[in-house]
Amino acid sequence: MKKKLNLRKATPWLSAIGLFVLWELIVRIFNIPPYVLPTPSESIIVGWQFHEAIWMHAYHTLYTTLAGFAIAVVFGVVLGALVGSSRAIYDAANPLLVGFNSVPKVALVPVLVMWFGIGTVPAIITAFLISFFPIVVNVATGLATLEPELRDVLRSLGATRRDILIKVGFPRAMPYFFASLKVAITLAFVGSVISETVASNVGVGYLMLSASSKFNMPLVFAGLLVIAVMGIAMYEIFNVIERRSTKWANRGNPTN
Amino acid sequence: MSKSFVELNDVKLRYSEGDELALETTNMKIDKGEFIAVVGPSGCGKSSLLKLVSGLMPPSEGNVIVDGKEVSGPLKIVGMAFQNPTLLPWRTTLDNVLLPMEIVKPHRNRLRKHRAEYEESARKLLATVGLEGHEDKYPWELSGGMQQRASLCRSLIHEPDLLMLDEPFGALDAFTREELWDILQNLWMIKPFTVILVTHDLREAAYLADTIYVMSKRPGKILVERENTLPRPRDQETTFTQPFTDLVHELRSHIRDVREA
Repeated sequence: MKKKLNLRKATPWLSAIGLFVLWELIVRIFNIPPYVLPTPSESIIVGWQFHEAIWMHAYHTLYTTLAGFAIAVVFGVVLGALVGSSRAIYDAANPLLVGFNSVPKVALVPVLVMWFGIGTVPAIITAFLISFFPIVVNVATGLATLEPELRDVLRSLGATRRDILIKVGFPRAMPYFFASLKVAITLAFVGSVISETVASNVGVGYLMLSASSKFNMPLVFAGLLVIAVMGIAMYEIFNVIERRSTKWANRGNPTN
Repeated sequence: MSKSFVELNDVKLRYSEGDELALETTNMKIDKGEFIAVVGPSGCGKSSLLKLVSGLMPPSEGNVIVDGKEVSGPLKIVGMAFQNPTLLPWRTTLDNVLLPMEIVKPHRNRLRKHRAEYEESARKLLATVGLEGHEDKYPWELSGGMQQRASLCRSLIHEPDLLMLDEPFGALDAFTREELWDILQNLWMIKPFTVILVTHDLREAAYLADTIYVMSKRPGKILVERENTLPRPRDQETTFTQPFTDLVHELRSHIRDVREA
């Protein structure tokens, strides 16, 4: 039993190492030149050589991403609550939201640059724009799928809309909300890095762009790995928060 | 004016303008503390009747009077239980039962200060339905029958004048169901409240109700109003007596007529 659990814990590490080994082997066997695809070992070594610069840029990207993500959470919860608790608002907002979400956010970066100039602000806004949608949808879904019987029970006790929202709506929407956070945080990284790549002079996106212009592919890949690691770390943090705060929704699946 | 607690006067219901009637002209008079059951084929508007009386749905024509006042919006103190126990999975059984106290006035303003007192009464109520020792469990840790008991407690904790039951025992096995009949009858006999029970179980209606209404298929209409004078408390033995089986047979033949009509 214990052994099984340890194996489960080791699985993600093993699969990651396996992927790197496979990657290393493919590059070496097919003799792929480093300016096309560097080996992971090379990327890690170069990453270490530049670790001070990477650290500075990564810190900046993390800060930008979290700022955009934080705005997305606030905005997403408020809008999701509105959309989820009123049929009329749902009807009015839904096509707009879907349409907006279909617009590639990279196309918006030049507009943002026109408005706010180059740098951190457009990156924060891009991270926000790309990550709020899943939060809105999930919060709204959690609120809107309240059982009609339960609503009747509460209304016939004299509950106001606010009572129903606080006592049942929000707690019920929590698992949906946390699930959306995991999606949103990874999207926020996509947003901030896109914007940094297009219009910034700081951040991992900028670092990768400038490295690739110098044909330093190992450094580009080091940047990608750093983003991936930050994404995984953030995802895991929200995963833990989710499991702690909505245990009731994961019943019967304690190891999940 | 009569002294009925609930009155339906020439009530008709259509779900939306231009639809055919869901409920044909219906008249009912229910006394305070009376236990009535409504039986009928599925889809006959039994559940709509509950919504009309509790004010969750306005009648298209006619009026509904509860406690001397015409119903114009959701009544504020009705207890309800459904086939689906609808307990909140993030709350313990005790907290689920206490939910109405967080909503109904004046309890909602008193609850925080007098928490212990309220918990005590909730525990007592849970004990009477056989849920002693399960107060701190979550709904998913309880069996279906236990969840339904808790749901029943939740509908009664605030001592409502009016209890609406919409096939509350429909999803339970026969033994649990009959056990819950006794529990409900006991609670009701200790402190009578007015009950409207919607069911398609004729034995259930005969076991529990003072008056049984048989409804036609859609558009729903009350065809028969049958007094049930079997002595209380009724128990397992009652269900094997001649008057009980006669009553069930009679109800069954009404339903058969309805279905063939």
